[in-house]
Amino acid sequence: MAGHPQPLSPRPGIIAALSVLAVVLAAFGAVLWRAEPGGGPGPADWAALRFTVLQAVLSAVLSVALAIPVARAFARRRFPGRGTLITLLGAPFLLPVIVAILGLLAVFGRSGWLSALLGLAGLPPVQIYGLHGVVLAHVFFNLPLAVRLILQGWQAVPSERFRLAAQLGCGPREVWHLLEWPALRRALPGALAIVFAICLTSFAVALTLGGGPRATTLELAIYQAFRFDFDLGRAAMLSCIQVAVAGVAGLVALSTLPEGGFGAGLDRPVERWDGATPGARIIDALAIAAASLFLILPLAAVIAAGLPGIASLPPPVWRAAGVSVLVALASTVLLLSLALPLAATIAIRRRGWLESIGLLGLTASPLVIGTGLFLLINPLTDPFALALPVTAVVNAVMALPFALRALVPGMQDVLRGYGRLGLSLGMQGAGFWRLVVLPRLRPQIGFAAGLCAALSMGDLGVIALFADPERATLPLQVYRLMGAYRMQSAEAAALLLLVLAFGLFWLCDKGGRSGAEA
Amino acid sequence: MLKLDGLEIRAGTFSLSADLEIERHARIALLGPSGAGKSRLLSAIGGFITPAAGRILIDGHDVTGTAPGDRPVATLFQDGNLFPHLSAVENVGLALRPDLRLSRGDRNAAEAALDRVGLAGMGARKPAALSGGQQSRVALARVLLQGRAILALDEPFAALGPALKAGMLDLVAEVADETGAILLMVTHDPEDARRISRQVILVADGAALAPRPTQALLDDPPPVLRAYLGDARRPG
Amino acid sequence: MRALTFAACVCFAGTAIAETPELTVYTYDSFVSDWGPGPAVEKAFEQTCACDLKFVGAGDGAALLSRIKLEGERTRADIVLGLDTSLTAAAAATGLFAPHTVSAEFDLPVSWADPVFVPYDWGYFAFVHNADLKAPANLRALGDSDLKIVIQDPRSSTPGLGLLMWVKAAYGDEAAAIWQGLADNIVTVTKGWSEAYGLFLEGEADMVLSYTTSPAYHLIAEDDTSKAAAAFDEGHYMQVEVAGKIAGTDQPELADQFLAFMVTDAFQSIIPTTNWMYPAVTPEDGLPAGFETLIQPQTALLIPAAEAEAVRDAALAEWLDILSR
Repeated sequence: MAGHPQPLSPRPGIIAALSVLAVVLAAFGAVLWRAEPGGGPGPADWAALRFTVLQAVLSAVLSVALAIPVARAFARRRFPGRGTLITLLGAPFLLPVIVAILGLLAVFGRSGWLSALLGLAGLPPVQIYGLHGVVLAHVFFNLPLAVRLILQGWQAVPSERFRLAAQLGCGPREVWHLLEWPALRRALPGALAIVFAICLTSFAVALTLGGGPRATTLELAIYQAFRFDFDLGRAAMLSCIQVAVAGVAGLVALSTLPEGGFGAGLDRPVERWDGATPGARIIDALAIAAASLFLILPLAAVIAAGLPGIASLPPPVWRAAGVSVLVALASTVLLLSLALPLAATIAIRRRGWLESIGLLGLTASPLVIGTGLFLLINPLTDPFALALPVTAVVNAVMALPFALRALVPGMQDVLRGYGRLGLSLGMQGAGFWRLVVLPRLRPQIGFAAGLCAALSMGDLGVIALFADPERATLPLQVYRLMGAYRMQSAEAAALLLLVLAFGLFWLCDKGGRSGAEA
Repeated sequence: MLKLDGLEIRAGTFSLSADLEIERHARIALLGPSGAGKSRLLSAIGGFITPAAGRILIDGHDVTGTAPGDRPVATLFQDGNLFPHLSAVENVGLALRPDLRLSRGDRNAAEAALDRVGLAGMGARKPAALSGGQQSRVALARVLLQGRAILALDEPFAALGPALKAGMLDLVAEVADETGAILLMVTHDPEDARRISRQVILVADGAALAPRPTQALLDDPPPVLRAYLGDARRPG
Repeated sequence: MRALTFAACVCFAGTAIAETPELTVYTYDSFVSDWGPGPAVEKAFEQTCACDLKFVGAGDGAALLSRIKLEGERTRADIVLGLDTSLTAAAAATGLFAPHTVSAEFDLPVSWADPVFVPYDWGYFAFVHNADLKAPANLRALGDSDLKIVIQDPRSSTPGLGLLMWVKAAYGDEAAAIWQGLADNIVTVTKGWSEAYGLFLEGEADMVLSYTTSPAYHLIAEDDTSKAAAAFDEGHYMQVEVAGKIAGTDQPELADQFLAFMVTDAFQSIIPTTNWMYPAVTPEDGLPAGFETLIQPQTALLIPAAEAEAVRDAALAEWLDILSR
């Protein structure tokens, strides 16, 4: 498409990309400028890098591999409550880390439900701590995201193609080769890259479920450099390694994205004739049931733990909930104003590497970004005055890669399918956005907005340096309650957080899909 | 009047040159082997491809660098002529207001255009609720309303049955007559050409030749066209 | 007329606010939380000082020191509250702190003579367990037992570092052997205290590294007697939490006033049931009911602040080496 006239200008997207790049680079620069020159990485750092990459690769591959049968089942089946179930399965992704760990351990821990079951059969408890525990937790977090990204890839295939396949007498195997696999090929690299990037910055999950310092990740090494050794140079260097690894992974994955799509359809509801065999029915039912159990049981534990205390939650928790909702909304607006033009530019220019810029914000250590921004802002004004805006910006930047993954394929289809028609009718810029892109991409926009709002509620970018005590966010209050021994209130506040994050996600996602096929 | 002045279109190993003039009110079919560049020539005229060299002049104005929407060209593509999320009347209304802020008058004009193509009362339907022939009619109604100097058809009716297609072509000819537009139509079927076009531009061997009367050309085709027509007539 | 009076009041109030001096205290986050000592301390001090006391929370003690280093001379802090003896030497070395003028009779198990930092509370690290558990008598016995424990990572947590120093202070060169004994008891190592304590409450481990005062919370706030701290006969490592005055403060008198206030009953009586630590100066009314049930270690271990950093780095290397195997 490059070089041909387009109804959208790539310029706003380039400005958005440069803004994100500027925020990240300025933060890095500030830290480096303040740092004293230090040595290169030592043996312990290489060990941390090896473990980090190993667990991230395993987590990404397993999350995505397990997501395929689940997404396929959801793509082929229509049943009451399907949409709700898809949305509900996204909840683990939205949980604050500490809450998710406790939920997971309630099911898989030494005294968890599974161990209790094994005990009834006279078997020893589950041994959850170790590399497999880290991967299990990461799959728990990321499986839903992978399912959604793959499902979206398949839903981009117009119903006309499935009709054609059915008409040609294609069974499940042929449909797989003709339609599902090519669509999957478009969704897989992005899904892998993004889950890999998320797991790359894991710290508390990796340490806790990894069972000790064997499970030292780069992010922990960065944390140590900061608060233990106060070695800013080392922190920045380690963060650079982290970003470089993510950048390379992103480039490798996104450059393998195949060209071409399935063309435009007429928005007819998709009907899948290929899944009618008894075998396919059983496989799909098993996939959905297994995924639901795996994802919903720990959530049930979180809910069960939180319910008793919810009525007696102290007022500061409710205040914090209000603050968090505001931050989430601001982040979401900001995110969309970055992600939409950037997605358009990526679709127009066919430049996968532009999408790696989105990964930057996610993989640059929040600690380094937070410190850098603090160093930049502190000489100018009271950081607390900017606490909420900074939190909103950081959250938006961190949610950018998710939004891009959701938006770019759809944007490519819109431009490919309707770009010429829009051009021939003189729709340019704002008009094309309003009349074509926004209505056509409503489901993806709703999903991206919901994800960002929910992630901001869970406070992806917890920045201690900007945490204004008088305007604490809900996740901070959860940690504070725990720190004050108030476990029951903390669990109730975590449940409130889950409900609010999930509610925001549900509203946006539902809003995007209403009237359209899920 | 459409003038292609030393036009060169290149893409990889493909190249096509065109140096010709088309009179006002002309109805022209673009004939030639597959891959010869008929659609690309239409795309260049429509503004979707930037030519490597040469100029495109419409009624004396150089439009080579003009955005597609600002050219006096209305194009109907092989598919994707309608927005599935907009109703028929909205799809037609885009001809008047690309921002779709339709006044009552605009809406009436769009409804009237739908009437004209035989779709009275179907304005509220979305494309998915219309048959293939009806979808083509909606697109034609919009072209009618656009009233552009050139009407470019890139085989929009290829998917329709012979009877339906013939009907549509007659409708296109009427629309072209009503708006006074030049009709440029890519086709594989000499019968289409005979039906509505008075002249044929032969696109083959890297060049688009100057228009020649349809009847004379088809009755005594040059070798390249003969080979192609022979191919086309072979069953299968 | 009434409107005029009102306006005058507003103006007067406005100027009054503008002239109220502001004292900024940097502290760790759990101190400023709604459930920590912060709100009560702020109220109590503002009643005596005609000033505005502003708390700024920054992670934990170590993050607090990092923040001060980050801000350097330009810091907005007048007081830094919440460092402990593992950090005070490094904090003093920044040259950002000024000597204090406080004199008080501290009720600490160790003598206190630091010219820069004033202690405000203290506690013993201990392994907390359910009261029905037969606890081992020391770290060596714990290592020999089958009991499962959760500890915190010394690189990211204050208690985690405390245990590192505890083992070193009690066993010196034998520390490595103790850690080897403990290695198979450790279920996992967490980022912070909250995660570890949460895991313990969920039943993931028999014991968790915390403080001797932890059972007091369950007893006093929840009326729950099911938690106990294990008394170890080699002694318990101490944490002494301190505050210091920033040398470049624009409110030197107010800062001195705050440090002096800090060792009075008004401040000290807030500590036990909000920070769940022992007050540095026992208030006149004594400790809250329930504190008398807590174990009293026979030996208080504390590595002097001046040696803490060197000991720390060697101990960490040893710990990482043994637990990474």
